[in-house]
Amino acid sequence: MLQVDIRLQRGAFRLDANFTAPVPGVTALFGRSGCGKTTVVNLLAGLIRQGEGRLSLGDETWFDSARGICVPAERRRIGYVFQDARLFPHYTVRGNLLYGAARGTARASGAFEELVALLGLESLLERRPGSLSGGERQRVALGRALLAQPRLLLLDEPLASLDASRRAEVLPYLARLRDHYAIPMVFVSHQFDEVLHVATHLVVMDEGRVVAAGDVSAVSLTPALRGIVGPDAAGAVVEGRVVGIDAASELATVAIGDDMLRVSSRSLAMHQPVRVQLLARDVILAVEEPRGLSVRNQLRGRVRNITADGSGDLVEVETGSVTLLARITPAATRELSLAPGTAVWVLVKAVSFHPHATGPAAEAVA
Amino acid sequence: MWNLGETELSALRLSLAVALRSVSISLLPAVIMAWLLTRRRFPGRTLLDAFVHLPLVLPPVVVGYLLLLLLGTRGPLGGWLDRQFDIQLTFSTMGAAVATAVMSFPLMVRAMRIALENVDRGLEDAARTLGAGPWRRFATITLPLMMPGVLAGTITAFAAGLGEFGAVITFVSNIPGETRTLPLALYTALQSPDGNATAARLATLSFALGLCGLLASELLARALRRWLGR
Repeated sequence: MLQVDIRLQRGAFRLDANFTAPVPGVTALFGRSGCGKTTVVNLLAGLIRQGEGRLSLGDETWFDSARGICVPAERRRIGYVFQDARLFPHYTVRGNLLYGAARGTARASGAFEELVALLGLESLLERRPGSLSGGERQRVALGRALLAQPRLLLLDEPLASLDASRRAEVLPYLARLRDHYAIPMVFVSHQFDEVLHVATHLVVMDEGRVVAAGDVSAVSLTPALRGIVGPDAAGAVVEGRVVGIDAASELATVAIGDDMLRVSSRSLAMHQPVRVQLLARDVILAVEEPRGLSVRNQLRGRVRNITADGSGDLVEVETGSVTLLARITPAATRELSLAPGTAVWVLVKAVSFHPHATGPAAEAVA
Repeated sequence: MWNLGETELSALRLSLAVALRSVSISLLPAVIMAWLLTRRRFPGRTLLDAFVHLPLVLPPVVVGYLLLLLLGTRGPLGGWLDRQFDIQLTFSTMGAAVATAVMSFPLMVRAMRIALENVDRGLEDAARTLGAGPWRRFATITLPLMMPGVLAGTITAFAAGLGEFGAVITFVSNIPGETRTLPLALYTALQSPDGNATAARLATLSFALGLCGLLASELLARALRRWLGR
């Protein structure tokens, strides 16, 4: 378990971050720019040596102001992938990759070749960083950090300096590394789709404080997250698995607990775990069983609660096994007499997928 | 014009020897000083900075005089060197090198500081997270990346050291074959009624050496920067 409990005052900015993260797994630190995410990872890495509190992973304590412990960054064995890669310009790609490997056994054990193959760096080894593209640089930076055999890997917006296509090039590698190496990662991002792509655990920060933390599904329902992503991006995130594929109709069935969703089977494989995001604005509620609709996905559920925010009413609905969010107008709430406990039909117009393995996001059939 | 006599050759040899020794004395302290002044915050840093740069603004004669007080055989440090190691810096080539080193020290430190300020500290942080301690960081990241400045500073100091006059003549006097470097020989030639031709040759020689030094410094720094991938 990664434990972070740190307080730091820097001018007018106050950081008070307290969360734990399961190990192994990818914990996303999510929030707006300037909310203190990068400060948290710099404290973890030991590049900032101030503040009060405690930082530890399992039985290894890196920082404990009460006991006067502060392990120097170079002895923490924490890998760090910086936003701007920070490759050494006077080393080749190979030299960069091996810079931190000296202390490990990576040279001897074949880990180098394995990682180079995993990251697709074979043809770049003798080049200088100056001649690499942004995406290539980040892949080298990932490999360099991993070859030092860290106990924890920090990624500070590793995709922020890349355009959309480069980002799509690097993301699958990130997911691949997460599945291949059981190294816990802390991933800083202000892009929610990146978080959905790789994170297993989510910590939401705002103005120096942790405002929500937990697994991605649980946090997806919190008002704190909605406050950051905005009302339009509000929506439940649920974990599912492909349980059936009908080749003739090109439809796949995704099991989410006891509920089934039917979606386009493009790019999905049988038994594949998938993460599904159901945006609240794509979820429709009905108090009677709807008939004659083109919407294929209908689930039964019960209203848990209704909250009003600036953009209308947001209804939390419990189906058999998951909780979804639906955006409706206050007028509709009144006309349908919706209240906690009301039985409803849930119609899902569209879902977007973030396959846990690689592959592009798929679209659901309405 | 170009038949160099023993006077000119001896002065040239001495100038080269003095400049070379001076650079070897000051190279390491200059790197350390540049690093201290750029990367460390400590009380008295501004004062130290000013002190290092003093030779640029003081009359060289004053520097020579101070060296004489400090390092002369009756000075505190010079007396100790004399008693303990039987080393006398006054009236010797080594003394000329010491005076030259003091005079060209700020030039060296300045060039290195500028280079060091341009070394991205983020790269040093990256090396830290890869397990590199302070020495390895300095040797593998900081020093190679500031190398263009180290080299430029060294060559500039060498070229300037070939022609140091005031501090040398004050501290170690003007002894043929021992301390009579190019500028001192030039000065001596100007004092004698038939020294005009010698003086012209020595002046041309100094001019050519200085120009070569500055050009070499620039070209080498450029090549190094290319090698460093910037």
